[in-house]
Amino acid sequence: MADKPDAAELKEYSEAADAWFKENTVRDPGFMLPLTFMEVSTDEQFDFLREWQRKVYEAGYLGASWPKEYGGGGLHTDFQRAATRAMKKYDAPIMLNAIGNGWAGPLILDLGSEEQKQTYIKGMLNAEDIWCQGFSEPEHGSDLGNAQLKAVKEGDEYVLNGSKIWTSLGDRAKYMILLARTDFEAENKYKGLSFFLNPMKIDGISTSRIKKLTGEYGFVQTFFTDARISADCLFGGEGNGWSMAMKTLEYERGAKVKPVGGYFVKELDVMQIVELAKNSMRNGKPLLDDPVMRDKMTQYMIDIQALNLNNTRRRMPQLMQDKPMGLPLMNKLARTELIRELTEFSLGFQGTKAGYYVGDENAVDDGYWHRSYLNSFSATIGGGTSEIQRNIVAEHALGLPKTR
Amino acid sequence: MDNLGNIGTTEEQIELMDVATNFCRDKSPVEKVRALIDDDLGYDPEIWREVGELGWLAIAIPEAHGGVGLSMAEVVPIAEQMGRNLMSTPFGMTTLAAQALLAGGTEAQQAAWLPKISEGMAATLALREDHGDWDLAHVDCAGTHSGDSIALAGKKQLVLWADSAELIIASVMIDDRLRFALIERSALPEGALRREEIIDETARSYELNLDGVSVPDSALLDADRGREIIEKVELAAGLIHAAEMTGGAQAVIDYTLEYLKTRKQFDKIIGSYQALKHPTVNNYVEYEKARTHLYSAAFSWGEQGRGEVAVRMAAAQAHDSYSQAADRSIQFHGGFGFTHDCDAQLHRRKAIMSGALIGDAPYQRSKLAGLLFD
Repeated sequence: MADKPDAAELKEYSEAADAWFKENTVRDPGFMLPLTFMEVSTDEQFDFLREWQRKVYEAGYLGASWPKEYGGGGLHTDFQRAATRAMKKYDAPIMLNAIGNGWAGPLILDLGSEEQKQTYIKGMLNAEDIWCQGFSEPEHGSDLGNAQLKAVKEGDEYVLNGSKIWTSLGDRAKYMILLARTDFEAENKYKGLSFFLNPMKIDGISTSRIKKLTGEYGFVQTFFTDARISADCLFGGEGNGWSMAMKTLEYERGAKVKPVGGYFVKELDVMQIVELAKNSMRNGKPLLDDPVMRDKMTQYMIDIQALNLNNTRRRMPQLMQDKPMGLPLMNKLARTELIRELTEFSLGFQGTKAGYYVGDENAVDDGYWHRSYLNSFSATIGGGTSEIQRNIVAEHALGLPKTR
Repeated sequence: MDNLGNIGTTEEQIELMDVATNFCRDKSPVEKVRALIDDDLGYDPEIWREVGELGWLAIAIPEAHGGVGLSMAEVVPIAEQMGRNLMSTPFGMTTLAAQALLAGGTEAQQAAWLPKISEGMAATLALREDHGDWDLAHVDCAGTHSGDSIALAGKKQLVLWADSAELIIASVMIDDRLRFALIERSALPEGALRREEIIDETARSYELNLDGVSVPDSALLDADRGREIIEKVELAAGLIHAAEMTGGAQAVIDYTLEYLKTRKQFDKIIGSYQALKHPTVNNYVEYEKARTHLYSAAFSWGEQGRGEVAVRMAAAQAHDSYSQAADRSIQFHGGFGFTHDCDAQLHRRKAIMSGALIGDAPYQRSKLAGLLFD
């Protein structure tokens, strides 16, 4: 890793990043911007975010701490943190290519061959190559180990048959990280799995959009019918799919961090909710005069502050001795559940207006809160449900026995 | 949000964390804690002497008065480990008394008492009264001038460790102003202290009858700093109790985990049942939040505004998470959980005591709401 910067260098970089995001951040493009990469629904959203990511990358504020030889900036992670802070400060849009930059990229950088790094990394960073993730299957939910999509080796190719679901950006992606079954006879279900860096724009792969509970589209189901891919697409060796998938999930669940920069899910902005509460009425008075609402709102402030500071604390090993995996493993659970609760809570502020939805001129903030609440389930379900997350924390941070 | 604190540590804090972890674990095994429940004094005088020798009472006292010259941030790791091991001593109260002297004592008063405290003398505060209000400015006890001295009247309650303290600092109203009187315990008339039955069996508390007690004028803290003293004491108490409760929450979660990992029912280790696993994880998540808030409060301690927000957040979160973790621990221990032998009840009682002393989580939140929204 690059050397830790001295304070003056870092300050200069931070100021430049601040100035850049202040100048370049578009807050209102004239349509609703997604809060998470899982919500990208329309062409205009997709095109806007792809262009935004490219622009941030070219300015040097994405992948700043990734190796230079593959397209990164080659700087110490402190620089990237400074850039990400600037993005937050100016409320910049999210980074589009979450699967590529957040999960597949770190995996390839950690375990990929020189050739794979040369082939894939730069295209991820500049959003030329969008990535998606083929882990979940229609019948198996969080039981990833039970994946049934077949990959049969024929010569120097694999032939794929089966289906994946909840594929964010699946209809727009160039590559998919794919978990497939190469051996149906393996001694246990995990050992029969292999992991592929799978091209999406080939014969035999088709997608169908899924209408979400919000009424929008954001995920697809992906169908594989005799799709043939090169055996070179295998990643991590045949039979090692489970271990590759678990490594990927460590990045996805925030247990391991190789910070590419930016964010794929907007941070909670508690002040927005405080503003909403301040502008809401209850019995002819401001809502925040109501003692019950004040108490709840205060508790949420305590929760948000704790989660935000947890992120800082987890980088301080001297404050993490007791259960070092605790904070990293609980991060996804705590954060996504809080977003769900908080956005639901915000609906109650709106009184009669809680009845309106996106598209009606009477809706508060164009229906933003309703849409956010309904969308919040994508994060409490996707990447392992909160229930699965609790098992993970229980087993890996607290040492409780496995649930079978 | 501008008035929210950040998190960080000092080197001394980390060092003290290590020392305190080992000391409290070694000196306060639970058998000893239980044996002390029936002891009149309520703590081991030998350990109290060692606490003094380690310089822990001197931490937040300036060097000019024989102290170490650090701050409450460095007191936090000690209180946390004491709470974790249910190690009861007059440590917290003595530290608070020193903070009161620092906030409002005259030079002479500080010079008279702070070096003694630094060396290990116990002191305490007499702030609570029969009305049960958590507002420390709500004081009915009174003092009236009588020549060169002040005659005190009324009753103070929940005066912790009063029998061990050589100095008791009591709040009283004098000429319609909130004042603080330094009372030497040795000067109290016979029968002025009545031992109270309190929920936390590991602590000792007394009712103090001020009728017939008088102090010289020179034993009153600065008349102009009454408000400052109240604020300082309230925040310092919030921080110390948040630390103790956070340590306690850690202990009771670990205690519960031990049981969940060993107890079998229906041929399975009960910790494999999600009905027990998931709420335990929820309690653990709340505990980590408390710990984060605690270190944030220690770090933000000296900052105007932010310090109070951070301390109250820490106190609210610690009280809720300690109470909940101990409550569930009793439940998860089944029939044994209902017995006095189960350590979970020691923690549940201690959480109630802390809430009674500094104000529970809803009270802390009501104070926070004013700081955050108005």
